[in-house]
Amino acid sequence: MSDGDWSEGAHRAILRAGIRLLAHVPDAGLAPLLARCGRDPSIRIVGLADEREGPALLAGAWLGGLRGLLACQSSGIGNLVNMLGVSAVGRFPLAMLVTMRGEWGEQNPWQVPMGQAVPAVLGAMGVRLFSLERAEDAEAVRDGALGLAFGSEQMVAVLIRQRLLGAKRLTSSGGGPP
Amino acid sequence: MSSGLDRRALVAALVARRGSALLLAGLGSPAWDLAAAGDHPQHFHLWGGMGGAFAMGLGLAIARPERRVVVLTGDGEALMGLASLATIAAQRPPNLALLVLDNRVYGETGGQPTATASGVDLAGIAAAAGFPATLRLESPDRAETALDLLLAAPGPVLVQARVDHRPLPLVLPLKDAVAAKHRLRAALGVEQERCP
Repeated sequence: MSDGDWSEGAHRAILRAGIRLLAHVPDAGLAPLLARCGRDPSIRIVGLADEREGPALLAGAWLGGLRGLLACQSSGIGNLVNMLGVSAVGRFPLAMLVTMRGEWGEQNPWQVPMGQAVPAVLGAMGVRLFSLERAEDAEAVRDGALGLAFGSEQMVAVLIRQRLLGAKRLTSSGGGPP
Repeated sequence: MSSGLDRRALVAALVARRGSALLLAGLGSPAWDLAAAGDHPQHFHLWGGMGGAFAMGLGLAIARPERRVVVLTGDGEALMGLASLATIAAQRPPNLALLVLDNRVYGETGGQPTATASGVDLAGIAAAAGFPATLRLESPDRAETALDLLLAAPGPVLVQARVDHRPLPLVLPLKDAVAAKHRLRAALGVEQERCP
């Protein structure tokens, strides 16, 4: 899957923001960024079993002086909603990168309910939303979002729209849905 | 039920021996236990985020590899955070230890039984996940061994301590998480955030 090279700009913005911890539940849309960060020895990668671990993990890391980023698919937002309360009540900076499903040419109807609800759910919890639709905006959007997260101790999510990622095709097992 | 250890005595002994270790308490009774042992900038108490204490401890342990991090939490909170045992085992932080104060009930909500009341073995789950040190603490004469593990053994460590379920004086910790985070970061010498 082509990612329109947004992951290169995202990686640069991550480094510029001083982020040295990347927690994630993988997604096909995130694969280029995960691979890029995985090759960067300055970034500690933590694979999560559940997105819900993300806000708590990043709050703990930030308590110790380490900035992190949570990357997950839109379905994972449904898993972590209550844990956003930890970030909100403690004003812990929370930077999230969310690859969207269920919105643009989606081939798996099971992805639609949560994907469509993500902006409203995150908004209801007080997360500031950014939308990335063009690869050339990746660095600027990420700089703005990460600056807000760490400079003003906010919860921030960059939604990487499915129009940029491309709708996932149903192909062979191991490369198909969800 | 009175067949377990005195949870307040166990936590007080942990606090007395903690040295530079950072202590993170999960919501409910473990937070009250830690508060009862005395407040300190090295202590952080959760009042919410059930299921998140283990993950939060992992984040802190990764950020501060030179400090011991001990998470103390209840069996109900631990059961909700079981996925983090896998995450922690895979990361293998040598400085992280988990103490589950297992009274076999949801103590804050009326004493309904948790899965550990049916014999679910949290130390066994952690061992199976790959924790190098685990212990089921069932009697006070092994408390010192448990504290040695929690504070010094190469981690990750999990101790499942069978504790009493009985009414205890409510001792409330700092409720303001913003104040608590600033004082912990100040104790660690972390500078205030600046825009990068």
